[in-house]
Amino acid sequence: MQHLLSIVIFTPAVAALILALVLRGGSPEADRNAKWVALTATSVTFLISLFLLAGFDPSNTGFQFMEKYSWIMGFQYRVGVDGLSILFVMLTTFMMPLVIVGSWNVTDRVKEYMIAFLVLETLMVGTFVTLDLVLFYLFFEAGLIPMFLIIGIWGGKQRVYAAFKFFLYTFFGSVFMLVSIIYIYFHTGTTDMPGLLVYEFPYTPVHILGITIPGGVQTLLWLGFFISFAIKMPLWPVHTWLPAAHVQAPTAGSVVLAAVLLKLADYGFLRFSLPMFPVGNLVVGPWAMWLAVIAIIWTSLVALVQTDIKRVIAYSSVAHMAVVLLGIFSGTQQGIEGGIFMVVAHGFTSAALFLAVGVVYDRMHTREISAYGGLVKRMPAYATIFMFFTMANVGLPGTANFVGEFLILVGVFQVNTWVALFATTSVILSAAYALWLYRRVVFGDLIKESLRSITDLSTREKWIFAPLVAMTLLLGVYPDLVTNIIGPSVTQLVQNYHDALPDNLLSDLVEH
Amino acid sequence: METIILFAPLVGAILGGFGWRVIGEKGAMVLTTGLLFLAALLSWIVFLTLGDQTQHIHVLNWITSGELDVSWAIRMDRLTAIMLIVVTTVSSLVHLYSWGYMAHDENFDEGKGENYKARFFAYLSFFTFTMLMLVTSDNLLQMFFGWEGVGVASYLLIGFYYKKPSANAAAMKAFIVNRVGDFGFLLGMFGLFYMTGSLQLDDVFSAAPALSETNLDFLWGSWNAVELCAFLLFVGAMGKSAQLFLHTWLPDAMEGPTPVSALIHAATMVTAGVFLVCRMSPVYEYAPHAQTFIVVIGASTAFFAATVGLVQNDIKRVIAYSTCSQLGYMFAAAGVGVYSVAMFHLLTHAFFKALLFLSAGSVITAMHHEQDMRNYGGLRKKVPLTFWAMIFGTLAITGVGIPFTPIGFAGFLSKDAIIESVWGGTGAGYAFWLLVIAAAFTSFYSWRLIFMTFFGRPRGDHHAHDHAKESPWVMTVPLVVLSFGAIFAGMIWYNVFFGDHAKLVKFFGLPAHAEQTADAGHATTGEAAQTGEGTHGATPPVPDATMSENQAEAELMDEAKTSPDVGVSTAVIKYPGVAPQGAIYMGQENEVIDKAHHAPAWVKVSPFVAMLAGLLVAWLFYIKDTSLPKRFAEAQPGLYRFLLNKWYFDELYERIFVRPALWFGYQFWKKGDEGSIDRVIDGMAVGIVPTFTRFLNRMQSGYLFHYAFAMVIGIVGLMLWVVLNGGAN
Repeated sequence: MQHLLSIVIFTPAVAALILALVLRGGSPEADRNAKWVALTATSVTFLISLFLLAGFDPSNTGFQFMEKYSWIMGFQYRVGVDGLSILFVMLTTFMMPLVIVGSWNVTDRVKEYMIAFLVLETLMVGTFVTLDLVLFYLFFEAGLIPMFLIIGIWGGKQRVYAAFKFFLYTFFGSVFMLVSIIYIYFHTGTTDMPGLLVYEFPYTPVHILGITIPGGVQTLLWLGFFISFAIKMPLWPVHTWLPAAHVQAPTAGSVVLAAVLLKLADYGFLRFSLPMFPVGNLVVGPWAMWLAVIAIIWTSLVALVQTDIKRVIAYSSVAHMAVVLLGIFSGTQQGIEGGIFMVVAHGFTSAALFLAVGVVYDRMHTREISAYGGLVKRMPAYATIFMFFTMANVGLPGTANFVGEFLILVGVFQVNTWVALFATTSVILSAAYALWLYRRVVFGDLIKESLRSITDLSTREKWIFAPLVAMTLLLGVYPDLVTNIIGPSVTQLVQNYHDALPDNLLSDLVEH
Repeated sequence: METIILFAPLVGAILGGFGWRVIGEKGAMVLTTGLLFLAALLSWIVFLTLGDQTQHIHVLNWITSGELDVSWAIRMDRLTAIMLIVVTTVSSLVHLYSWGYMAHDENFDEGKGENYKARFFAYLSFFTFTMLMLVTSDNLLQMFFGWEGVGVASYLLIGFYYKKPSANAAAMKAFIVNRVGDFGFLLGMFGLFYMTGSLQLDDVFSAAPALSETNLDFLWGSWNAVELCAFLLFVGAMGKSAQLFLHTWLPDAMEGPTPVSALIHAATMVTAGVFLVCRMSPVYEYAPHAQTFIVVIGASTAFFAATVGLVQNDIKRVIAYSTCSQLGYMFAAAGVGVYSVAMFHLLTHAFFKALLFLSAGSVITAMHHEQDMRNYGGLRKKVPLTFWAMIFGTLAITGVGIPFTPIGFAGFLSKDAIIESVWGGTGAGYAFWLLVIAAAFTSFYSWRLIFMTFFGRPRGDHHAHDHAKESPWVMTVPLVVLSFGAIFAGMIWYNVFFGDHAKLVKFFGLPAHAEQTADAGHATTGEAAQTGEGTHGATPPVPDATMSENQAEAELMDEAKTSPDVGVSTAVIKYPGVAPQGAIYMGQENEVIDKAHHAPAWVKVSPFVAMLAGLLVAWLFYIKDTSLPKRFAEAQPGLYRFLLNKWYFDELYERIFVRPALWFGYQFWKKGDEGSIDRVIDGMAVGIVPTFTRFLNRMQSGYLFHYAFAMVIGIVGLMLWVVLNGGAN
């Protein structure tokens, strides 16, 4: 199929367009129709993306399913996937039907809600597959708008504050990326990413305001992209928007945010930081790794003292994303493969955990940990699912998260044992906060009067969790399903990365 | 057949745990127990028919990434076979026992639909599966899977009474303290992979000699690679096997139901650390410093736990500290390089400690879940069968037997073998004396338990005493079976584990050269041994083998130096040779076992004397004059409190780990995230926010909302149009 990729990108958008133009909102039937249209569209998108996966040739490390058309002002619409990006696409299309089913109980502005999510899907998939810098920037930034609306309109009590925080933080970061992109365009005359990937940016030191910057232009460009991605990821110390956003966002919003939106940053590291600016990465990457180490320990400790269930999981997300960063920046085969693996695994796990919070929030309308306790008595199925994902979150072997975490740490150890040592403390700290949360919410005797009539998972809810459990286990026991797809592309990336680092580089950097 | 042994418990756990609503609670119990007995039967067949060669059974690929290539696979050798029979035998008996013990649990209200039995049996079977994964593993990573799996099972079973806050706290503590150990295990694996490019046991073993001559840069220094990895792996073992500093979780783990304590926290899971060290013997043989560390930790733990055991009043806690102490013995043996003896004690300990725990459970059931020994007394007439079972267990653990002959209860043979081995390895030093003293303490607290429980006058609630009666057959049959183990296991297997070198070599499938050295050792008789130096130095080493090994190593190192690796280099060392043959490995210079055989008489008799001393004092304190313990405690209040409070480890850890972690977490949150970071960034935004607020007000009214959407949809639509157009062209 010639247009397979474009079809995957735009199917949700078309559905959104139909909803916007055809459906008149407000009535219960219209709401129901909106839900079904959204569910159908996302499911169809997922099914089509399976053809993408089936037709993908892992041994070919170039871009596949390429499409190219000229667009406005000489820019091009150009898309394609390779081993690095295909799983990000699959993760997105896999998650979206679950997100829609997860929001089946929305009653407020249902039509607009569904439109927002459908548009978001198009923008996210677009970001992962576009091969043109300008288009990338457009997709990347446009994704902010639906998410901003989701938090700001369907969020909790402090949604306005959280939505603006989210928007300002990420928008602030993207300014740097925009400047970098403009520089690249004027410097090279192109925004074509496959071309830029083989272009060698100069790395002779430059002097700005009397400060010598080793790695020169590469370092600056690397930083420009990195600031944007670091905020998106989010990395310490610019992580504080995420807990706020998560707490205020509706459940489905949190799911998309954690499972897919944060991963835009990881994708960016893989697509830009490492291959385009290898020298920049060599100069600044180690510092970024230390920030990630601080993030892991800092946010894990903060997660320990939270009183809101969702904040615990949000902070845990920050810590795990920092682990992903370590893997990618290690520049090793295991580290990068582990990073991508962790992206997928964390997508499933964090989504499931946020959904699990949503389950009790729907029933009790509170996320305070102290309002719960002893749920296992009334909700055995829920307790089982929650336990499973708690264990996945702490990286228990047999779940996909372990494979990711292990590969990452193996990779990091080869580069810097100090970083590996501190990063490995996350196995202790994550166990501490995750199990403590579980203990306070699920275990204990059920004595709170308000919980006496709480009901266990409904069939709909079970069906949301089932695919997530299945995937987490399947990839944990047989991770070849993923590593076979990404392996050759990662090998290529690692090879190119190390080839691009000139010999006796360090002396070059210093002497110029 | 091995595959059936491995997966039968998993099938039981899944069907029993998730399908009990269909097959009924009884059905789940029959299923899990039946499958376990099947696994036990097959394990014994495997054990008795095991060949010399190590078998590798591939099940499924697992993680493949670059050089890293790990599979789900089974490794069958003597070590695996021993663990198979230990795990499946004790597990199947515990399953059976639980039919009685868990019949009517007062922690659950069955009338209100609180069904717990299927869950309990499913957890037990799940535990068994993960434990079997651990012991059958052919690589370190799968072992880690089992390692963490048993941790989860243990967590679930300790917290089985989820309504009790103490049980939940204990479960969490167990998991987290174990994770501290796992931290070391993981780093050890990273190091080994970095150096050898593999986590396959055979690859690691074959690389060990070369590793011992290579340095690994780790943190601030450069360390001997094999020493470092061996040490890190041992940290993992310390966590799982509750060795000193990481032992605090084990006594608390007694919050779980008693069958769990017998299975997990006595016979099987906690011995995983010992198993790890024995399994990695080809690595530890090249890491003398790590070995020394193991001996010191093992001996210290044996002593420490025994001292605490002296004064505990909860019957299960006494046995728990006893377990901790016995594990220390096993590590001491492994540390001096006599892995077979460590495994021997592991095997006998599994029988007699499971017996002690299950007997204690029987007493607890009889006494209506009273666990304080101060409320027991005079129970031997009420529960005669349990009484005799416990006597056999105590005779075994204290080491009763006829000195200078291989006749005695299980612990007599295995524990004395350890003490002799430690003497052979380190002489009459720190470790030796601590172990001997610990033997006296062991005897004291074991007999104290017997005397307080079964002798004297009934104390405490007379109602409970009046109604105390012997347990049903499902509980007593396992006691009988285990009693046989506690009595005979030592005598049956003494020769193959320790007594007879030729048989040992054959039993563990060791190569012939070990046999040669053994013969040489025997030929020189006691004379050489008494001087403390065997004639092995004089025995000409097999020249060809050594030469080629050295050459190969040299070539390898050259290759490693010149290999054109990109960036970071992995696979520094790939030893071209093969892994040492056999289930355990003892280096050519390792002559500890010969020395131990020729230990002087006073060494051999010392644990026996210590045992008698302990028994005598216990008799004085708890039979002869029962006011003595109280007077003693009053005379030494400081010491008594120190021991009763377990050397204040919990309080210390609370101060230096738990509270600071919470304090830092709170500061990072309130002062860091909300105080500094947010304030700076919010401050920057303060000028913009009011504008945006007005913006949002309009948005909520709906107009702006539509504008924003129109914009996004417009962009998307534009692109769509381009695509469609392009497609048309």
